[in-house]
Amino acid sequence: MSDHLHVDAKGTQRNKVVFRGGGFAPQSKRWVGAIVFILVIALMEVGTRTGFINNLTLPRPSDVFKTFIDLWNTGLLWKHLLPSLSRLAIGAAIGASFGVAVGVMIGLFSYVRAGLVPIVAAIFPIPKIALLPLFVIWFGIDEPSKYALIAFGTFTPTVVATYGAVDNVDRSLIRMGQSFSLSWFSIVTKIVLPGAMPGILSGLRVSLAIAIILLVAAEMLGAEYGIGAYILEAGSLYDLERLFVGVSILSLMGVVISAIIGYFEKRLLDWRV
Amino acid sequence: MDLRLDNISHYYSDVEVLRAIDLDIPAGKIVCIIGPSGCGKSTLLRLIGGLERPGSGSVLQIGEPPAESINPLTYVFQDFALLPWRTVEGNISLVLEDHNIRGGRAEAIISDVLARTKLTDFRKALPKQLSGGMKQRVAISRALAVKPAVMLMDEPLSALDSQTRELLMDDLIDLWTREPFTSVYVTHNLSEAVRLGHSIVVLSRRPGCIREIVDIPIPLAEREMGNIELERKQKYLWDLMRDEAIAADQELLRV
Ligand SMILES: Nc1ncnc2c1ncn2[C@@H]1O[C@H](COP(=O)(O)OP(=O)(O)O)[C@@H](O)[C@H]1O
Ligand SMILES: [Mg+2]
Repeated sequence: MSDHLHVDAKGTQRNKVVFRGGGFAPQSKRWVGAIVFILVIALMEVGTRTGFINNLTLPRPSDVFKTFIDLWNTGLLWKHLLPSLSRLAIGAAIGASFGVAVGVMIGLFSYVRAGLVPIVAAIFPIPKIALLPLFVIWFGIDEPSKYALIAFGTFTPTVVATYGAVDNVDRSLIRMGQSFSLSWFSIVTKIVLPGAMPGILSGLRVSLAIAIILLVAAEMLGAEYGIGAYILEAGSLYDLERLFVGVSILSLMGVVISAIIGYFEKRLLDWRV
Repeated sequence: MDLRLDNISHYYSDVEVLRAIDLDIPAGKIVCIIGPSGCGKSTLLRLIGGLERPGSGSVLQIGEPPAESINPLTYVFQDFALLPWRTVEGNISLVLEDHNIRGGRAEAIISDVLARTKLTDFRKALPKQLSGGMKQRVAISRALAVKPAVMLMDEPLSALDSQTRELLMDDLIDLWTREPFTSVYVTHNLSEAVRLGHSIVVLSRRPGCIREIVDIPIPLAEREMGNIELERKQKYLWDLMRDEAIAADQELLRV
């Protein structure tokens, strides 16, 4: 007889109700992520040291780290990182702010929606990297063409996320605003924009990741300094340690940006249930 | 200020929702509107407050709204419609800011309406921290803040549990007794109607037209629970509505 099966004095069975309500409730378990990360790195280290993994296929993590320290010590890190960060900041700021503005207009005005949604749908799937030559012709080989590429790449996903977010604002709140005779401008700034903020921020997560991808692409095609140029150089020399340093810096940038957006979500959206 | 509905009819594409509604809403009285679900009560309320244009007929304001009235026709919604990112006082100041009432004057109004709805301690709370009954209190105090000439209430208590509903009904009666307001109060709950209505308008199923207007002469403050006269009125209303409700129910099934 199993544990949860009991018979009382009168001979009636008493079974404990089996719990079946577990799972399907994601919880925040940050340390698991860290442990998996450390395990993967440790595995690579042990593997390359014992020869289980060939040094030609994968660099040794400690060597990658040493290369990074070198990069830091020679001061080259900042020489590469600062131009990249400023390109990213300028390009993404232009793209995201235009994207939010156009997205809000599409969300608010039927004519703008009818006119622009097809265009946005048409340029969304174009790989923006393919347009780099065009931007070079328009804006020259220097910085402006890189800004334009990044801005253009962030623009479309931001537009789509923003007008979706505006569409999703609770209509009953807008109706409430009208019923209290709020001005059109007040309804937009006090009801529509805050209501769309969650969707806009989660759209920015995607857009900014795309911005990093395009940053590297732009720098690979013509830049003396920049993380992309550094990676391209390392790649053409098959210098895996430096390649991995560059790639790690990129993922670190992604993590930092995601953390910044997470911080803003916590600050701005603490009203969410 | 009185309101008069003059021969109002309304269509949604080819569905006739309301037919030839004539109704007077006298100042200082609560007019309840009851009817089976889908008969056009909410639609009628939207027409009265100017959130929608009637297909034909018109809503007339008879006389000037009182000078101190900031927003003469003011709604209280079933789903509260509070901005979740604003605190209780922020939600109230929202509707004052646009009428250029800020600083000290806004502060005085907010304190006053919060005191009248017993919310003074919850000033800084966000809607997510409040129970349903509290949220509706906030919505009512927001409506009071703009000193409405007519309060348009669309099933304001329907989202609340029955105990909270009793408490809020008492609060509404208190508010009215201290300072009579004009209101159109839509509900599907007959006991709410007989507790709060000076007159009760019974609508038929869709297309909604007025079947009967039942007056209840008992003063609001004397309508305690279990009052025989009220029970009789409620029974009478139920008999009126019963067949309509059944028919409306089956109509929905056929769709
Ligand atoms: N915006 C709308 N567009 C089309 N049909 C509507 C709209 N609003 C309400 N209706 C229809 O009109 C009828 C009356 O709706 P409503 O006024 O909400 O009824 P009630 O509030 O009495 O339950 C319903 O059949 C509903 O489906
Ligand atoms: Mg309704």
